[in-house]
Amino acid sequence: MDLEAEFERAVAAERRVEPRDWMPDGYRRTLIRQIAQHAHSEIIGMQPEGNWISRAPSLRRKAILLAKVQDEAGHGLYLYAAAETLGADRGELTDKLIDGKQKYSSIFNYPTLSYADVGVIGWLVDGAAICNQVPLCRTSYGPYARAMIRICKEESFHQRQGYELLMTMMSGTDAQRAMVQESVDRWWWPSLMMFGPPDAESANTERSMAWRIKRNTNDELRQKFVDMTVPQAEKLGVTLPDPELRWNAERGHYDFGQPDWREFWQVVGGNGPCNAQRLAHRRKAHEDGEWVRQAAAAHAAKQAGRREEVA
Amino acid sequence: MNADNATDSVYDGLVDQEDAHWAFGTGFHEPLAGVDRAVPDVDRADLTAYCLMLGDDALVLSQRLAEWCSRAPELEEDVALANIALDLLGQARLLLTRAGEVEGAGRDEDALAYLRDEREFRNVHLAEIECGPFAGGDFATTIARLLVFSSWKLAQYSRLRGSADPVLAAVAAKGLKELAYHRDHAAQWTVRLGDGTEESHRRMRAGLHRVWPFLDELFTAHPVELRLPGVAVDPAGLRSEVEDVLAEVCRAAGLELPDAAPAARVAGKAGRDGVHTEAMGYLLAEMQHLHRSLPGAKW
Repeated sequence: MDLEAEFERAVAAERRVEPRDWMPDGYRRTLIRQIAQHAHSEIIGMQPEGNWISRAPSLRRKAILLAKVQDEAGHGLYLYAAAETLGADRGELTDKLIDGKQKYSSIFNYPTLSYADVGVIGWLVDGAAICNQVPLCRTSYGPYARAMIRICKEESFHQRQGYELLMTMMSGTDAQRAMVQESVDRWWWPSLMMFGPPDAESANTERSMAWRIKRNTNDELRQKFVDMTVPQAEKLGVTLPDPELRWNAERGHYDFGQPDWREFWQVVGGNGPCNAQRLAHRRKAHEDGEWVRQAAAAHAAKQAGRREEVA
Repeated sequence: MNADNATDSVYDGLVDQEDAHWAFGTGFHEPLAGVDRAVPDVDRADLTAYCLMLGDDALVLSQRLAEWCSRAPELEEDVALANIALDLLGQARLLLTRAGEVEGAGRDEDALAYLRDEREFRNVHLAEIECGPFAGGDFATTIARLLVFSSWKLAQYSRLRGSADPVLAAVAAKGLKELAYHRDHAAQWTVRLGDGTEESHRRMRAGLHRVWPFLDELFTAHPVELRLPGVAVDPAGLRSEVEDVLAEVCRAAGLELPDAAPAARVAGKAGRDGVHTEAMGYLLAEMQHLHRSLPGAKW
């Protein structure tokens, strides 16, 4: 029997692939790369929002933000665990991240410059992440799909919290409303970039679609996000900074302009506003913690030795 | 579970108003629902001050622990330290709310957290000093502080559970479970670091030395605490219990108890009197600046 043909048939029939099933090396590699990048994104994503925990303007907002950033660490943990079911090692994946050999979502290379950014990240960035991730709850690899169900539920909660912060700020002072609009102006285009380059330029889309790792194209998801977000922006009372944005009754969708793809490639290429800072922060935390991890391992080994002596 | 239903429900989640899975009471839905809020027949200014002492201890240490977020040695520890910071923040919110209620001047938790000046904060120095991740400490120092603080608070809350103030009693009863976990977490790390490697042993010992001079203040009663018998806990009575716990943990960790002299007070005053260390001004400047920059804003 041809294992690869059998695998292709199973995936095409929407059967879930489990860790002990045979899978093509390319499928395994693609998944490890995608899950690791997703895990790295959660971990790097702790920084832009974590930037505001110490300054959160009310104790309730501080608790919400700290809990959210904590959830991101938790998401990183389950995703690394999902990657480990494919034979990857968390320590090696972390090394690849801090050596700049594996990427994370480029959106986190933008700075958070006001408290409105905390709300806008929840609303737009988590909103875009949900559009990208909901289809992954049906992705062909079982452990990844199951992790995504839980993550998507928590992300949707974060999105609602972010939107609620913005609604509250919009009902506050003029300075707060201006702060929200300014933040939306900065984050709108990077949020659209989160779906990746246009389909015509996306290198990985076709194969990942065939393997049912990816379920929708970048452009389909981007359209879905815009359609979902425009009414929310209207309700909030902010203007999305796109002069081409309008309803197209014929298509039944909103038409919208293109982000600056040169900026996108610049940020992806490592030259975004915060790429170096984000990696340096992660690297420092990892290096500063080295002696702690060594101590924990040494203690565990001594304990095991002592138990053996007793036995 | 049907996969299609599972994914569809994620979108439903956006409008779903169910907060149940949100573990840390971020919505502040009355964790003390059903608790009698009657104010006992004592001096209100004293009781307000006492609630602030307890609330500020929790708030300020929470602020310090949250500094570790995204900087911990392992992801599991990021989650754990954030969890402890959230527990303390939850306690602080209940206590500051109670302080405002007893005071009766219309100040809520945020007015008390963000609009008081340094001299009006009544936390102990141990909560505010820098113990890492930034200058002034490292993970071992943070653990040393957490071990001392949570052992002391646990002893204090276990007595406060019997307070004549029903709200303080309820906060203490709820906080005890949390503090027991915090102490256990700190004790386990103290043992791991004390026993682990030469470097971790040296750092753990240095961490204990760093925090030990602040121990004495924890057992020094402020006049307010002595004027509220039956409501407040006299901290002098906690010393032997706390010292026994610390001695036991250090023994298990293979560490000697530090022989460090108590830090001198300033003209007899310390944190409970609103006289703080130099670190406190920076902590408050950072915590309060945004709230104060936008007066009248809604958050």
